[in-house]
Amino acid sequence: MNMIQALNSAHDVMMERDQGMVVLGEDVGFFGGVFRVTEGLQKKYGKQRVFDTPIAENGIIATAIGMATYGLRPVAEIQFADYIYPAYDQIVSEAARIRYRTAGEWTVPMVIRSPYGGGIFGGQTHSQSTEALFAHVAGVKTVIPSNPYDAKGLLISAIEDNDPVLFFEPKRIYNGPFDGFFDRPLTPWAKTDAADVPEGYYTVPLGKAAVVREGEEVTVLSYGTMVHVALATVRELGIDAEVIDLRSIVPLDIETIEDSVKKTGRCVVVHEATRTNGFGAELAALVQERCFYHLEAPVQRATGFDTPYPHSLEWAYFPGPVRIGTAIKKALEV
Amino acid sequence: MSDKDPSKLKPNRPKLSLHVPEPPARPGETPDFSSVKVPPAGAAPRPDVAAPATETHPLTMSLVRVLDEENKAVGPWDPKLDAETLRKMLRDMVTVRVFDDRMYRAQRQGKTSFYMKCTGEEAIAVSAANALDREDMNFPTYRQQGLLIARGYPMVEMMNQIYSNKGDKLQGRQLPIMYSDKAHGFFSISGNLGTQYPQAVGWAMASAIKGDSRIAMGWTGEGATAEGDFHAALTFATVYNAPVILAVVNNQWAISSYSGIAGGERATFAQRALGYGVAGLRVDGNDALAVFAAVRWAADRARANYGPTLIEFFTYRAEGHSTSDDPSGYRPSNEAKLWPLGDPIERLKGHLIGLGEWDDERHSAMVDEIAADVRSAQKEAEKKGTLATASIDFPQDVRTMFNDVYEEMPWNLKEQQQDMVDELEAKRQWPR
Ligand SMILES: Cc1ncc(C[n+]2csc(CCOP(=O)(O)OP(=O)(O)O)c2C)c(N)n1
Repeated sequence: MNMIQALNSAHDVMMERDQGMVVLGEDVGFFGGVFRVTEGLQKKYGKQRVFDTPIAENGIIATAIGMATYGLRPVAEIQFADYIYPAYDQIVSEAARIRYRTAGEWTVPMVIRSPYGGGIFGGQTHSQSTEALFAHVAGVKTVIPSNPYDAKGLLISAIEDNDPVLFFEPKRIYNGPFDGFFDRPLTPWAKTDAADVPEGYYTVPLGKAAVVREGEEVTVLSYGTMVHVALATVRELGIDAEVIDLRSIVPLDIETIEDSVKKTGRCVVVHEATRTNGFGAELAALVQERCFYHLEAPVQRATGFDTPYPHSLEWAYFPGPVRIGTAIKKALEV
Repeated sequence: MSDKDPSKLKPNRPKLSLHVPEPPARPGETPDFSSVKVPPAGAAPRPDVAAPATETHPLTMSLVRVLDEENKAVGPWDPKLDAETLRKMLRDMVTVRVFDDRMYRAQRQGKTSFYMKCTGEEAIAVSAANALDREDMNFPTYRQQGLLIARGYPMVEMMNQIYSNKGDKLQGRQLPIMYSDKAHGFFSISGNLGTQYPQAVGWAMASAIKGDSRIAMGWTGEGATAEGDFHAALTFATVYNAPVILAVVNNQWAISSYSGIAGGERATFAQRALGYGVAGLRVDGNDALAVFAAVRWAADRARANYGPTLIEFFTYRAEGHSTSDDPSGYRPSNEAKLWPLGDPIERLKGHLIGLGEWDDERHSAMVDEIAADVRSAQKEAEKKGTLATASIDFPQDVRTMFNDVYEEMPWNLKEQQQDMVDELEAKRQWPR
């Protein structure tokens, strides 16, 4: 299964198990979504449980909140993360706080799925990484898988979670991993071998990072597409790096991060999003607070720039092996 | 079902069920347009531009049509255009179609990342542009390329923007079809649906504040009328009596969602005007004369300070949503052919021929001429490059990425700009 199929399977498994799970969003019904993540679900579970919505992101999220307060488990798709802004108020002022403001009388067990990130020539409005905007807000969880197995297990956990969960899907690797090398053909949807994903139910817990490569020299913290680019970079440069896939940034697996940085004494943060106030800033601050006396060098960041995503310069904006390699070398210099 | 609710559920009440709209036909089924009521051309009354909005409200449920089955212009909405204007409109429409085909192919050839056609909808933007004043401002969507063509914007400029090449005045920052040209009254297109609609109202309000005489026209698809911005636009337009025309291009499909999902099953999009007290018209969007007449009526109304008009252009999206879409996955493949309002180009052409002002020879000569113009524009644009893929030598200078984020570049962007220049050098040195 590739990530799209794995996500589809997660929906299928959970809709089978939980009659209260409903799926809504633009084009998700008959068509199965523009990326086909929900393909076949309407046919199998009916229109009352899988349906197209009007193009109104605030409406999608607000009605999903209403459904969740009734006791359903809605999974709402926002077609691209760049279009989540009309729903921002409903997510950050409402979904995020209903548990808190009612002292637990009402809860909002819902998942908001959305493809995010660059690498498909999507221009300014189909490429953004918006995770930090949500990680800043108390009351919502933010999950970002980097491979099909995790995608399915994490989505199942997200659906079972009793809090609102934002589930950002790195669209660049929907069809298989990608190493970000600039001299490789950039066919956006190049397919690679499908990963091993079990058909049935399993979970990957929220808030547990994965050490995807063990190493002694430097810790690389990353998530989504960037895990693959970071792995390819350290392999290429022959660096003995420990690469950590955070999987979810809220909740954050601080233990794994601390253990690793205390071991290596060096840390590089890699994400696609804009640098300033990106989630990397929080990671750098946490590492500095908790591992200062173990650090041999300042924490480095390899990120997108503080500009909108420029269509034709997408591959200049995108943090590739050179940028990541440069940051790692800097962390190793001192 | 709240677990803490003390009241008991009442037994024997009827079970509720959810209504989810479905289009009349799906792939493999026979297209069904039986719900589309097509009134005879010339039947709709034409109120005075000074009439109260309520007088237009019956017109939000019918269809303003001028060209009849024989393509003769009939009824009170006939704009009585001279042959020269009609020929210009026909030429503009054909140009849009040829341009679209050419650029669609360019995308398929990998020269750009993306393209969106407006096939079947050419009459709408073209007639509107011809009915507006040259100084009026448009806040368009991605399917109004006809506004630029009709206002004589150079095709090479459009293609440069499509190719994101060195001639692209937007420096490759926007998606290929997201043009911008202030001088041609064409506001920058946003990928975020609906945002331009209340902006058009604001521009019109500013024109009124300044005692200007220019008006604005906002554009949206029927799908995007569900966005909150649509409703904000109507509220502000009516509260301030803004000199604005608000167009809804109802081409029946929003990607895979038919117009019923946007609410079109229960009320027409023109009827959205009623609750706001705005004038409303529903117009045959494949009838270039009806489109022209309606826009001219609304423009005259706005210019005379009688306020905003909402116009629904009723049409059909004959091609896929974009180059990333395959419509055969969600609608019958022959649906476009059976669309009851015909092809806008054929209808206008037939009208001109009926007037004795056009013939097939002249038409095919014109099509050839336009094809040659489009081809030579394409050649010229391609001299400046196309969207390069798989290359570290980008079509744009990487330093330009950091310009225009702010008027003055702050330290962080200056640093990042330098980093990017160094990175490019490092990429060239990369040992692989
Ligand atoms: C805020 C927002 N949500 C979703 C999208 C994705 N999207 C792009 S075009 C489109 C359909 C628009 O349909 P409609 O308004 O009817 O215009 P048409 O394409 O038919 O001309 C959608 C859902 C978007 N661009 N912006």
